[in-house]
Amino acid sequence: MEDTLTEAPGTAADTTKITVRGLQVYYAGTHAVRDVDVDIPAKAVTALIGPSGCGKSTFLRCLNRMNDTIPDARVTGEICIDGEEIHDARVDPVQLRAKVGMVFQKPNPFPKSIRDNVAYGPKIHGLTRTRAELNEVVEKSLRRAALWDEVKDRLDAPGTGLSGGQQQRLCIARAIATAPEILLMDEPCSALDPIATAQIEELIDELRNRFAVVIVTHSMQQAARVSQRTAFFHLGRMVEYGDTGELFTNPADPRTESYITGRIG
Amino acid sequence: MTATWTLLTLLVIAAASFPLGRARALACAGGDSCALHSLPRHYGWASVLLTLGPALVLFVLLEMTAPATPAGSLAVVACALVALAWALRRMHPGFRARQTVERGVLALLMLAACVAIATTAGIVLSMLFETQNFFAQYGWREFFLSATWAPRFQGDSDLGILPLLWGTLYISLIALVLAVPVGLFAAIYMAEYAGQRFRAIVKPGIEVLAGIPTIVYGLFALITVGPLLRDYFAQPLGLGSSGSSVMTAGLVMGIMLIPFVSSLSDDIIAQVPQSLRDGSLGLGATRSETIRQVVVPAALPGIVGAVLLAASRAIGETMIVVLGAGAAAKLNLNPFEAMTTITVKIVSQLTGDGDFAAPETLVAFALGLTLFAITLCLNVLALAIVRKYREQYE
Repeated sequence: MEDTLTEAPGTAADTTKITVRGLQVYYAGTHAVRDVDVDIPAKAVTALIGPSGCGKSTFLRCLNRMNDTIPDARVTGEICIDGEEIHDARVDPVQLRAKVGMVFQKPNPFPKSIRDNVAYGPKIHGLTRTRAELNEVVEKSLRRAALWDEVKDRLDAPGTGLSGGQQQRLCIARAIATAPEILLMDEPCSALDPIATAQIEELIDELRNRFAVVIVTHSMQQAARVSQRTAFFHLGRMVEYGDTGELFTNPADPRTESYITGRIG
Repeated sequence: MTATWTLLTLLVIAAASFPLGRARALACAGGDSCALHSLPRHYGWASVLLTLGPALVLFVLLEMTAPATPAGSLAVVACALVALAWALRRMHPGFRARQTVERGVLALLMLAACVAIATTAGIVLSMLFETQNFFAQYGWREFFLSATWAPRFQGDSDLGILPLLWGTLYISLIALVLAVPVGLFAAIYMAEYAGQRFRAIVKPGIEVLAGIPTIVYGLFALITVGPLLRDYFAQPLGLGSSGSSVMTAGLVMGIMLIPFVSSLSDDIIAQVPQSLRDGSLGLGATRSETIRQVVVPAALPGIVGAVLLAASRAIGETMIVVLGAGAAAKLNLNPFEAMTTITVKIVSQLTGDGDFAAPETLVAFALGLTLFAITLCLNVLALAIVRKYREQYE
């Protein structure tokens, strides 16, 4: 846990964390993602926007090899995290997913206590040696997910009893607890009300100090608020990728312009 | 006979009231069905309900108080006719026939729900009555605490339930020890790992197992499993030479219960939301860790329900025990010894040609009531467990 928290001072936001080259994804008969090349920076929030079915969630699920769990999905091309190809036979997808955490669209706390939800990852990966150490990880993760003050008196209550926004922050705490380097978020606010959304967005901004965050969102305002880099997907292709401010004020591609001004999608 | 005729007459009157009510409502509206509050058929059904309802209530009341008399039948038919006339008077276009039919449907549904409850109550009451007769002749202390079961037709029998209770529990335990892990593992494999083609072949195969009559399982126990266990396990190990044994009945009963456990658990596991599996896999858990720590705990209420259903079946099973474990009431730990269960003894005490008022026969009701109490406790326990875990899940 500790080693990922103390980063060398030299790592700036422009260091590349993930390099993707020539990525193709096929689902039974459909070509869901085509020729995607992208460099995702460390310590920044990268937003993926685009209309429904454009392949942005599929792309996101490639980054922690979650598509492996779908029987008829096929992924080709190159994805390197810190220069290491994640499809290499030496890479264990199970270990990879501990390093690349994921938060889903709908809050999905396990039917366990709040403590056990957060402790789940550290326990299965054997990250802690003593009970005290585990409790420390739980507290630290919950604090970092801005949930500690609300749940510290009821850690043994079921996680499913929290409100929607709290559940989503619990899921973020659960993902942080395995000490990942990258955090993937698949429309994390789409099931939440505006207040809970604002809390999560604030949290995402905090998280960028420690993790590379990749977030899929349907809300362009959200992309503009939380991200530094934005990629626009359309019909399985990545149409445009650049600085968020630049992409929203001065899009290079006419399709991006149509989408952000509301004419397609 | 009068009752049948009365009912038939009522049916004829009811059948006639449908077109009458419908026609009457239409006539009042001047033949314009759009001017009616409800559809024309609602008026028909409403007059059927209004005609039949009071007459049936009167019929049931008369049947309960006095056996069918011609006068009573006449009264019922007259009641139906009066109700019909009254119903027809009400069939004007403003009458809310749809709501009346709705209330009729509600009453029908409530009646159906009450039949189940009333039957259960009736069964318990009749058992209680006979059990009371039994305990008037035989001490409850001997019944519940005596370790010998030796009925004699001359009287002066030992009717202790303990050997039978022990046999029941022992055989059920062996059956569940076999059926629960095998059924549960099969369900997990089918729901989480198996491919489409494997499922398509194996799932119907397992369900065939559930359709085999228990007497056929009993034959299997008698001619195959029993001799097999005797020749290859009991005799070489020096544990006895009985063809029928607790182990035989327990194993065969366990095979019978596998499909109960597996198909119920399979459905329940398949209902666990995919998002929970994704969440666990996304944290770097392997598939088996996901199943053990997330999927099965989430499905636990249903799995416990399936297991307790299987347990109730095991406790109530008769045929496999008769053919597999024999009819000797014994208190013994050796699983290769012949023993018997409560259900088998209920059958044998009631099918003899003994005096029906003798304790040797009446004991069957006390045994039945005990069995009922045991399964009731199991069900209450199941409900408690299910409720505890469901709270955590939702």
